Amino acid sequence: MIEVKNLSKHYGDKKAVDNISFKADDGEILGFLGPNGAGKSTTMNILTGYISATSGKALINGIDILENPIKAKRELGYLPELPPLYMDMTVKEYLNFVYDLKKCKLPRNSHLKDICGLVKIDHVYKRVIKNLSKGYKQRVGLAQALIGNPKVLILDEPTVGLDPKQIIEIRTLIKKLGKNRTVILSSHILSEVQAVCDKIVVINEGKVVADDTEDNLSRRLVNEHLLTARIDGPSDTVEGIIKGIKGVVKVEVGNEREKGVYEYRIEAKEGTDIRRELFNRLAQRNMPILDLRTSELSLEDIFLKLTMGEAIPALTADASDS
Amino acid sequence: MGAIFRREVSSYFISPIGYIFLAGFYCCTGVIFSQNSLQYGSTKLDRVFADLILVLIVLIPILTMKTISEEKKQKTDQCLLTSPVSLGGIVAGKFFASFLIYTLGVAITFVYAVVVSAYAKPDWNVIVGNIAGLLLLGAAYIAVGIFCSSLTENQIVAAVISFFAMVLLYLLSTVGNLIPIDAVGKVLDKLCFWNRYYDFTLGLFDMSNVLFFVSAAVAFLFLTVRVLEKRRWS
Repeated sequence: MIEVKNLSKHYGDKKAVDNISFKADDGEILGFLGPNGAGKSTTMNILTGYISATSGKALINGIDILENPIKAKRELGYLPELPPLYMDMTVKEYLNFVYDLKKCKLPRNSHLKDICGLVKIDHVYKRVIKNLSKGYKQRVGLAQALIGNPKVLILDEPTVGLDPKQIIEIRTLIKKLGKNRTVILSSHILSEVQAVCDKIVVINEGKVVADDTEDNLSRRLVNEHLLTARIDGPSDTVEGIIKGIKGVVKVEVGNEREKGVYEYRIEAKEGTDIRRELFNRLAQRNMPILDLRTSELSLEDIFLKLTMGEAIPALTADASDS
Repeated sequence: MGAIFRREVSSYFISPIGYIFLAGFYCCTGVIFSQNSLQYGSTKLDRVFADLILVLIVLIPILTMKTISEEKKQKTDQCLLTSPVSLGGIVAGKFFASFLIYTLGVAITFVYAVVVSAYAKPDWNVIVGNIAGLLLLGAAYIAVGIFCSSLTENQIVAAVISFFAMVLLYLLSTVGNLIPIDAVGKVLDKLCFWNRYYDFTLGLFDMSNVLFFVSAAVAFLFLTVRVLEKRRWS
């Protein structure tokens, strides 16, 4: 269990973390979402005892990290933004070093073998870390965090630098690990947090913008009323048809994506789903829909939505890929 | 502490630093030994030991420069500082690792004593006292070097600062003579590493000198812990 109460960290005049509070229970994966420089890493560094807070409390399984750091750190596994690897060691030497450093009591060889199997680094076990690719370095970093089976895992952007296949593997692994542990995971990618986490805390400029427990964030972030469509047909006619649908508030015609195919951004009234009606009407006029999806929110949209209560649709779908 | 000690010792021999230090140490002491002792046909090693302080001032910065600066630079300190080890344990582990490598260097002086003993009977008591003095002086200098390494992220800068700090500690009594205030001069004279070490080379085993070097080492290691602690708060 992790509990953060009124935590603040000031660097001179700059407030890196400003009075934040949240809680993650056992068996829960908490996603920590925010843009670069929002204070995610600072919060995680405080939680792990790497830096101290200016004020406030951080409890790891009920133990205050500031008052009883050694005991609290025993419960922790931490993967920092940059994996803390000694480049001149082999994976085997490094993991053995961390095993000793954490004063782990589990049977050495079988424990390290299990972890290497979990993060799939068995075949690079005897190689020097310096020579590994970024993805493998990241996995060795994750392996390091898992040594000693800590009850609390803190992972700072764990999928950075991995290829899409590895990202899926690591996400699956984190989900598996989260079943009987408390996991905090930071990311600046909404879809990642949504795919993995049970609970989301959004943070911006050092402040908590939204906490899932209070706001039921994931539901709020789904937006069927914002659609992006590619439709074959003259843009004027199509625009007219769409505008004729009940509930449509605004239609924007985007670029011509293929010959005669335009992209449209459609905004309907919140809570109305116009997709079926849209299909029927265009089908009657023989104007096929080539692509239809709900707009993904970019991080900026989320902040605007959370802080101002509404989303400002980005002009093209590409701009919303964060 | 044990884990850090073992890693540090092995890192000295993975990187060239351990070899450079030992080769440099053996080479310099060899030259000094042959010039001061063998060529004069003397079994006295006191001048050899007296000159060794200069070798330490040049070589110990190489031994200690990366101990903490490199951890900070490579962000590996995140691994150490978030593990269940106290700051004191981290610093002590690094200190003892450097001290072990240093002791391997100092061990060569015993070989010289054995070489000398082939010609005539040396004064073993004095030699053992000299070796003990050299180890104590080295311990204090290593602590200074580790402290300097904690002040920066750049190992070259750390080496340069350590070098000047060690020269200053060596010359403290000379500096004291330049200051017209008598009391300051006396204090600096007492704190001068060279004065304290010189007694050992004369064959004087003064307990106050032993305590001086031990407390100097502890003081600089303590300051290192404070620097690491302060970093967390700033």
